[in-house]
Amino acid sequence: MEEIKQMIAPYNKLLLAGCGTCVTVCWAGGEKEVGILASQLRLARSAEGKEISILEATVERQCEKEMAAELKDKVGEVEAVLSLACGAGVQTMAELFEEKPIFPALNTAFIGMPEKEGLWVEMCGACGDCFLDRTGGICPMVRCAKGLLNGPCGGTRRGGKCEIDPEKDCAWVLIYRRLEKQGRLDLMRKYYPPKNFRAVKSPGRIQAVKA
Amino acid sequence: MAIPFREALKTKDFVVTAEAGPVKGSNVSKMVEHVGLLKDKVDALNVTDNQSSVMRYPSLGTCLLIRERGGEPVFQVTCRDRNRLAIQADILFAWSREVTNILCLTGDSIDVGDHKEAKPVFDLDSVQLIHLVHTLNSGKDMAGNDLDGDTDFCIGASATPSADPIEPQLIKVGKKLEAGVSFVQTQAVYELDELKRFMEFVRKVDGKVKVLAGIVPVIGAKMAGYMNENVPGIFVPQYIIDELAQTPKGQGVSKGIEIAARMIRQMKEERICDGVHIMFIGREERVPEILEAAGLA
Repeated sequence: MEEIKQMIAPYNKLLLAGCGTCVTVCWAGGEKEVGILASQLRLARSAEGKEISILEATVERQCEKEMAAELKDKVGEVEAVLSLACGAGVQTMAELFEEKPIFPALNTAFIGMPEKEGLWVEMCGACGDCFLDRTGGICPMVRCAKGLLNGPCGGTRRGGKCEIDPEKDCAWVLIYRRLEKQGRLDLMRKYYPPKNFRAVKSPGRIQAVKA
Repeated sequence: MAIPFREALKTKDFVVTAEAGPVKGSNVSKMVEHVGLLKDKVDALNVTDNQSSVMRYPSLGTCLLIRERGGEPVFQVTCRDRNRLAIQADILFAWSREVTNILCLTGDSIDVGDHKEAKPVFDLDSVQLIHLVHTLNSGKDMAGNDLDGDTDFCIGASATPSADPIEPQLIKVGKKLEAGVSFVQTQAVYELDELKRFMEFVRKVDGKVKVLAGIVPVIGAKMAGYMNENVPGIFVPQYIIDELAQTPKGQGVSKGIEIAARMIRQMKEERICDGVHIMFIGREERVPEILEAAGLA
């Protein structure tokens, strides 16, 4: 919140732009969160004895230019935009409305899934060189703290928890149990050479080719 | 040391190594003192690589200090802080300066150390690192290029015999043995049954590799609790904690040394493993007492 207040400090007319897809399902940047953040910012400003005018709008997917473009009129009315989308959404907005400062309201953490009500876990690092066929559908690149490809490190805690956090499972213990259940432990006994970290050359760019 | 470590592994009944932890800073005088004290009492001195992810004087630099003083260093290399280019370069440098033993490790998480905001590397893992050293030994680099001057390292691996569950750990150790190592230095062992179970597995895969059981003396019940909570891969059992809790104040270190020596004696007498690796970080000067008490001096 302090970070956001500092970013928008010089501006008195703002658009808070939400996104109706991923950040909505993880309770971070949908219509509801836009409303809450807008109220908080109005309150904070009035406590300082200053004025602020905030517009609120949420589009279905901020990362698609056509959908983000629906915000054109509203962006025209304000000095700056505070986007509650992920980093891709913020950058789409910034490219679409080059003349206006677009600020990120969120710190996008990872590509994950909802494990249970209110808990999200990282699942994919979008590395471009998928390993899931060899690990029973559990990604060691992101779910092992060290991204190891050949089995657990020596620091695994008792009961198969991660060395860095007793709340987190050791990915390789999970992989072991999954493959054992499937009778495919031979996959774990195989040696896997170092990963190709250039499977997707950074910065990523993929051009579809017509068949 | 009278003979190179690789010779000691082949010829000695019971091989003894100790750990020399680099200092925090550029003042190497205490380390040099430890090296002088220990180099002729053990078969090799392992030098840790930013141990516990705490930034320190480098492993390679300390290996040179040992080598220059006629000792036999084991260069510990982790995958945490360097990518494959930097690791290969450091390994080549080590060889050129007669550092000939290498222990291939994954490395602790950045999170357990003192630079928690650093970027973890882990471009390689420990099994891949063992393969990499074999590649350099064969005169090539990882990209398949020819080297002008190859290496001939004596390669070692680590293992955690007390891991729970043990099966995934053993699968990984199996891959290390298949990659080819001359020695294994284990994480601290306190339960001999766990060590026996581990040895049984190792012998099935590789009849020749030498296994040195890790010895980490515990000097107080509180310290044991701290280690169990914070040091990855270390599990001090309750019976040792109880024994320490009953020890009068001021005698913790002596008690720790006594327990360590007792374990070493049993390992040697029952021929459970091929040697021990003593890690008494911060108290290197007292390692000779352990050796004496264990009948190894």
